[in-house]
Amino acid sequence: MPAILGFGAYVPSRVVTNAELAARLNCEAGWILDVSGIEERRYAAPEETVMSMGVAAAEQCLERAVMKASDLGMILVSSGSSERRFPGPAASIAHTLGLDGVPAIDLPIASAGSLFGMALATSLSAIHGNVLVIASEKMSAIVSRDPMERGVAPLFGDGAGACLVGPMTGPEGSVQVVDSVLHSDGTFAEDLRLEFDAPLQMNGRSVILQASRKIPSAIGELLERTARPASAVKVFLMHQANQNLLDRVARALEVDTARFYSNIRRYGNTSSASMLIAAAEWWSDPGPNKRDLICFAAFGAGFHWGALLAEVV
Amino acid sequence: MDNRERIVAIVRKVSNNNTLPDPDESLFDSGFLDSFALPDLISELEREFGMKFPDSNLSPRKFETITRIQSYIESRM
Repeated sequence: MPAILGFGAYVPSRVVTNAELAARLNCEAGWILDVSGIEERRYAAPEETVMSMGVAAAEQCLERAVMKASDLGMILVSSGSSERRFPGPAASIAHTLGLDGVPAIDLPIASAGSLFGMALATSLSAIHGNVLVIASEKMSAIVSRDPMERGVAPLFGDGAGACLVGPMTGPEGSVQVVDSVLHSDGTFAEDLRLEFDAPLQMNGRSVILQASRKIPSAIGELLERTARPASAVKVFLMHQANQNLLDRVARALEVDTARFYSNIRRYGNTSSASMLIAAAEWWSDPGPNKRDLICFAAFGAGFHWGALLAEVV
Repeated sequence: MDNRERIVAIVRKVSNNNTLPDPDESLFDSGFLDSFALPDLISELEREFGMKFPDSNLSPRKFETITRIQSYIESRM
């Protein structure tokens, strides 16, 4: 069975508070916190890119997994905020890691790309060996453009995460991928989109409505298929979109909100990077214990959504 | 209760607001509902009318006013 071998993350050092954004958006800092649960987020420095942040997360992931870049057989890179149409950041990240010749695939799936990458990696690792999934987002470059949207700009931040997936479950204590479900439906593709040289367009009502229904449904489908009750899951590591959404999904599954790891207060929504940043933090503290069930879930533009279940053996 | 009264009762319950919404006034613009109340409204409507709305049908515009909600529900009866 494929296994999760470790996580890594990188967030820029610059902290952007609600007070700083409120002054630019002519709103109250408390309003931002009330509607999103976000107190601050990180913005990348001008010289930092989707590529450079992705490399930083990849290097931390490899270090934590006690692996070298030369141990990788493939990389998958998710980003909805890469700086150019093509090539995407995957080839540049692979090159910077010294992986010329190793297949490097871009997944331009905002918000849900890291989950799709992890699920694909569990299948592809049987062919390619160790697969490094990276998600890197420089959302500030998108939402800080004038005119800044009060309902959009405060929600997002920058960062990167990485997850290493190997083809074989290791000794006791390693983390086996049990199963995953992935779905896509373009019915509401226009409701969350980023056109070239245009501001981010988000129909918040539609996004929240669909996410509120589809995420619990995907998790429920996965748990039913694997004959596990939601109450047996130790931690839910979900895309960090909005604290209200995390709470809503917890209620729908009838589990304590405390089991949904949340760092949204500190980083905001870092799109596809958020789930891996959350996983990297949780993996460090408190981290997995024997027999823990860990459920990943995400929802993003497209819409794409799904869930992945892992278990510590 | 007729369908409209049942819908109004649900809007009042979800919004925690006992005033009577104008049937053609936006429930969002008038402050009865916000984005996070919409999923609750739809779940309550599904329960009250014994229906399961397909996700692909769920444009928020269908739930913008009492009249639109009634029209959508009655189209599915």
